[in-house]
Amino acid sequence: MALYSEKVMDHFRNPRNVGVIEDADGVGEVGNAVCGDIMKIYLKIEDGFVSDVKFETFGCGSAIASSSMATELIKGKPLSEVLQLTNKAVTEALDGLPAHKLHCSVLAEEAIRAAVKDYYDRQGIAYDPKDFPKCGSCEDCHG
Amino acid sequence: MIYADNAATTKMSGAAINAMNACMQDTWGNPSSLYGLGQRAKEALEDARRRIAACIAASPKEITFTSGGSEADNQAIRSAALLGAQKGKRHIISTAFEHHAVLHTLKRLEGEGFEVDLLPVGPLGTVTANQVAEAIREDTVLVTIMYANNEIGSILPVSEIGAVCREQGVLFHTDAVQAAGHLPIDVKAQNIDLLSLSAHKVHGPKGIGVLYARQGVPLTNLIAGGAQERGKRAGTENVPAIVGMAAALEESCSHMAENAAKVSALRDKLISGLSQIPHSALNGDPTNRLPGNVSFCFEGVEGESLLLLLDDQGICASSGSACTSGSLDPSHVLLAIGRPHEVAHGSLRLSLCEENSEDDINAILKAVPEIVAYLRNMSPLWKDKVGGKLTFVL
Repeated sequence: MALYSEKVMDHFRNPRNVGVIEDADGVGEVGNAVCGDIMKIYLKIEDGFVSDVKFETFGCGSAIASSSMATELIKGKPLSEVLQLTNKAVTEALDGLPAHKLHCSVLAEEAIRAAVKDYYDRQGIAYDPKDFPKCGSCEDCHG
Repeated sequence: MIYADNAATTKMSGAAINAMNACMQDTWGNPSSLYGLGQRAKEALEDARRRIAACIAASPKEITFTSGGSEADNQAIRSAALLGAQKGKRHIISTAFEHHAVLHTLKRLEGEGFEVDLLPVGPLGTVTANQVAEAIREDTVLVTIMYANNEIGSILPVSEIGAVCREQGVLFHTDAVQAAGHLPIDVKAQNIDLLSLSAHKVHGPKGIGVLYARQGVPLTNLIAGGAQERGKRAGTENVPAIVGMAAALEESCSHMAENAAKVSALRDKLISGLSQIPHSALNGDPTNRLPGNVSFCFEGVEGESLLLLLDDQGICASSGSACTSGSLDPSHVLLAIGRPHEVAHGSLRLSLCEENSEDDINAILKAVPEIVAYLRNMSPLWKDKVGGKLTFVL
């Protein structure tokens, strides 16, 4: 039994949407170097839809795979749908993650939310702060 | 496949496999049985004990077989602690970067009223005999310090530490699991009272190890039961594994000098090549280190990703990152030598043996810089450092 599913390894070995969007409309970064994972998401928004998305990740195999899968799941989607993305959906799309790696999918969800919030802030679009809870301490996820 | 994780475990030697096969086919009796089959197993057991004792300049009766290095560490420390408690001595000295088999045993003893001092190991990962001498108190019963570190390969001055302990009348235990077969061990000359060995680090089988206890140092048994191992370790002896251990250790010890020369040349080539990677650092002492140990930290990358991509190229290695340990913190060894968390996450250990070749080293030297560059290119942490938003640590 391998550590990761084939899906995780595919997204780890061939990550989709790696890179930077220089003129991004929203950028979100979560995690920290002390814990060993940082994710940064760049969004390009057109007419309320994600027209392009890129990511950069410092982290383990599941962190890179979760970032890659999360970008695939939101590309071309309206922001209303993007905000519905859960870490559970990312995990399921990857055919599961080991229990001690679930925090990587949480980071992916958090990074995307942070990028959307940044977009709203830049555009002066009103939002409910409850939709953008602050990422807690690392122990909450690492357990 | 390029196997460069010999500090984790080793491939069994032909000599060990042959000895075990012969034992399983012909000498499978219980050494406690009085008939011929049992007595032949007993002879095989005692022959292995003599040969292992000879490898470390011990007497056969000072050798107790255990399930491995961890059990030997547990038993050595518990035995010394009990001896101390009987005399009202409850202080133990160790280091911050011991194996968990030692550290976790000490932690439990703290809960039982012992006081433990963990000596700092400095940036090169070692302690001096002087540090030990200064830490010894009236109530010190035991000094337990490893012979060589499993992660960063630094070799500790056990002869000097042994001399200090003997002079002060304090018991000295050393976990020699990583040193055995690579560095000379002479328990008499080095004043070692207790010493742990493991077979599978020297091309022997898993699940078998040895606790050497100097004559006059009584052991406490952790496993109660029959009278095997002079009552110090109950349970029918694992004779096939024991004869496999003897064959493997004997072979490693008899080729020690030539293997060390070959392996340390490969190690130095690997260290020199990997040092070319910008913002990297060798962990441990550059010269006073195990012949096969190469340990690096690479800034801006995470160790598990590095290992997975190396595995894709058939290279087996290990890392002290939190993600590979399954905990929040990276390796306690890397933290003990002062590496910050973020750098410790980007660690890589390659541990070589005499079966590795120049070609292996060349392949590793091609793969690692490419993978580090690839991972850095997608790392926001690295980008922030290159862009000047964060400062480089290495």
